[in-house]
Amino acid sequence: MAKKTKKKVVKKKSTVKTKKGSPDQQAIETLVELIRVTSTVIPADVDRAIEKAKGVEKPNTTAAYAMNIISDNIGLAKTKSQPLCQDTGTVVFYIYHPPGFHQTPFIKQIHKAVTAATKKGYLRENSVNSLTGENAGTNLGAGHPSIHFVEHSAKTLEVKLMLKGGGCENVSTQYSLPDTGLSAGRDLDGVRKVVLDAVVKAQGKGCGPGVLGVCIGGDRADSHAHAKKQLFRKMGERSKIKELAALEVEIVETCNKLGIGPMGFGGTTTILECLMDHRNRVPASFIVSVSYMCWAFRRQGAVIDTKTMKLKKWLY
Amino acid sequence: MIELKYPFSRDEVRKLKVGDMVLITGKLFTGRDAVHKYLHEGHPSPVNLKDQIIYHCGPVVMKDKHGKYTVTAAGPTTSIREEPYQWQVMRDHGIVGVIGKGGMGPKTLEACKQYGAVYFHAIGGAAQVLAERITSVDGVYLEEFGSPEAIWELSVDKFPVVVTMDSHGGSLHKEVEEASKENLKHLV
Repeated sequence: MAKKTKKKVVKKKSTVKTKKGSPDQQAIETLVELIRVTSTVIPADVDRAIEKAKGVEKPNTTAAYAMNIISDNIGLAKTKSQPLCQDTGTVVFYIYHPPGFHQTPFIKQIHKAVTAATKKGYLRENSVNSLTGENAGTNLGAGHPSIHFVEHSAKTLEVKLMLKGGGCENVSTQYSLPDTGLSAGRDLDGVRKVVLDAVVKAQGKGCGPGVLGVCIGGDRADSHAHAKKQLFRKMGERSKIKELAALEVEIVETCNKLGIGPMGFGGTTTILECLMDHRNRVPASFIVSVSYMCWAFRRQGAVIDTKTMKLKKWLY
Repeated sequence: MIELKYPFSRDEVRKLKVGDMVLITGKLFTGRDAVHKYLHEGHPSPVNLKDQIIYHCGPVVMKDKHGKYTVTAAGPTTSIREEPYQWQVMRDHGIVGVIGKGGMGPKTLEACKQYGAVYFHAIGGAAQVLAERITSVDGVYLEEFGSPEAIWELSVDKFPVVVTMDSHGGSLHKEVEEASKENLKHLV
């Protein structure tokens, strides 16, 4: 064993210090459970898509081998209640709350839950100071976790969580149309061309078969955030806009003719799903953002009772 | 299925070809971004890497009350980020292979050929299947880089990988990339 260094890597003692049984304590417990389930259980809709893809690859190929291991991994993670993927990702919360909801105490509860979930091993010590390289081991820091609040008219509190790994985030990308190199103009055909380009550039690096969230328009920041938000839609939930719905289907079909396959091993299934939406743009800009999600698609949502802070039901 | 057992021999590694499915039994050292940059900058390795395999992995490691470490999740990380450094680590430290995901580029492929090493592809995201094959944590080095970036010395039993870059210039990644680009031309 190497000499002990100044930072202890794994700390055991829980830091959750709130009155037992109080709504404050209950909120933290519910949030820890949301993190646990998100990290360890693949959502049913994604599981179905993976099982379907598993049956498509030719037997005795490396692609079929990859799909079998993926499928085994899903079962094992759930049984052992341990992370599907060791990169437990950027922790992204979207909170839909009724009017009058107090955000500040909830942020504190989220922070406590994230710290506790890290100690329990549902999250890796995954948050690094970009300037110093320091890893505090808590998953808290500048911008971490990422928390977005949205007021809605319902009385319930809905907390959606996505754990987005670095591999798939690194192959996520953005284009400004027209793109001369790709002969992509400012229309849906141009959008199609850049999305296909993103998939070819990603190859197996994003842990495919992946899922695409796409936003057409918006400024660079909103466009990317909106592309990522599409990943909260269920697999097979087609766009309400007829042309986009058709393009979603067509892009999946075309991607699966590229021959990139699971893990980039070559094979049939490159992409499981494509979910598109749009934002208005200024005349000078035509941004297209592609958010790539790996097969280890970790997103979940909890409907929480605002009085007791207990879990009412899962969203996925 | 080919079994590769510790101590690893360069002759055996040279026999491996792209597409071979391999089960590795023996020892692995994790090493990812911080470790590769550190070695590239000329710092000595805290552990002798001669004839060893480096695993591009930042595991989830738990420590029990007796101070014993257990790896609870350990899939590969994307290897291409080590492309600027890997050739040099192969040359200076004499490793016989790396395990990662997504494949690596021409510099690494050339180094595999020159120094007799291979690139093994583990299944990305399969952190549980792969952690199950880790039988013990035998050491940790450079822990000051943070848990995911440290060098973890691991014993493994039948760790499943696929050879996607061999020591004869073969690269599945190059093949698939070229073929998919060609396919794209007909699909746009």
